[in-house]
Amino acid sequence: MSDSPIAGPAHGHGALAEAGDPHHGEHPSYQRHHFETVDQQADATNFAMWLFLLTEVMFFGGLFTAYLIYRNWYYPAFVAASHQLDVRWGSLNTLVLILSSFTMAMGVWCSETRRRNGLMLCLTLTFILGMAFLGIKTIEYHEKWEKHHIPGLHYSLQSFLDPASDEAAAKYGDSPLPLDMARHTELYFFLYFAMTGMHALHMIIGIAILGFMIVRARAGAYTNGHVTFVENFGLYWHFVDIVWIYLFALLYLISRHQ
Amino acid sequence: MSEQTNHTEHEHHVTSPTVYIVILFSLLVGTALTVWASFIDLGPWNPVIALAIATSKAMLVVLFFMGVKYSTKLTKLTVIAGIFIFLGLISMTLSDYMSRAWGRW
Repeated sequence: MSDSPIAGPAHGHGALAEAGDPHHGEHPSYQRHHFETVDQQADATNFAMWLFLLTEVMFFGGLFTAYLIYRNWYYPAFVAASHQLDVRWGSLNTLVLILSSFTMAMGVWCSETRRRNGLMLCLTLTFILGMAFLGIKTIEYHEKWEKHHIPGLHYSLQSFLDPASDEAAAKYGDSPLPLDMARHTELYFFLYFAMTGMHALHMIIGIAILGFMIVRARAGAYTNGHVTFVENFGLYWHFVDIVWIYLFALLYLISRHQ
Repeated sequence: MSEQTNHTEHEHHVTSPTVYIVILFSLLVGTALTVWASFIDLGPWNPVIALAIATSKAMLVVLFFMGVKYSTKLTKLTVIAGIFIFLGLISMTLSDYMSRAWGRW
């Protein structure tokens, strides 16, 4: 936190001369009055964003903990149910999300170095990759719908007990499960939809904000030295990426070898 | 608020694209590695390895994509405190569940 007039590339002097009135003459127009310096404002905003992300960590943490406890209790059922997920779709989605994190990070860089076209390209790519993720998720959800594996909405115990009698389950060549295991697969799918659904909701919110940012970036926002919004959105997007990294490992991978 | 610019406390570090590209490739390699490892039967080590790789990937994202490595001490402390409390809560909850039915599995 310094009072130095040279505040890095993000705070050029172009914005300094913007406002005519004496009140704003001293600092960029985007600096709020209750902050002493632009740096102080950026630090405070960054801190606040991290506090928000920590509440998100606790939120998803609760879901992860529930998953771990039930997986421990109904281990064979969870192993059997996790084999219903297609690791290829999961890997592809991981790839898509990591790429989108990269394009988002590049977006922050473009914003910092004031490249308007670069920023718009990066935000648009992030937007497209986010949509691609949701598209792949939809394919996966659709398969679950076909096989009656959606607890509370479209679930059939029969498809686990006797897959041959269920048209869709028979198509995928599933093997039958004993009754107690079949019953507990419902718990796995409940947690699967709760966790990936919450994650997808975060993606949808993120994509909506990205759309808003693309429009604003076109008008020259974020490349005038005021990078806070892009930077903090980047934190959110990367956080959502991290949640998926763990979801992928826990839901798709850990029982794959059995 | 000193007049001296303290660069370690300075918010506006610009991470270069080269760093982002290196991190991107590390994350892709990590993903390939974890998928490959999941098909090998390592007994109790499968989840351990999957979570270890996931955590390494998450660390790379937090440190570089999210820029915590170059952030203020306040942000670093916030992140570390958050992870610490999260792990504390998870381990206390799991130890409760595991010890309650001790010997009655």
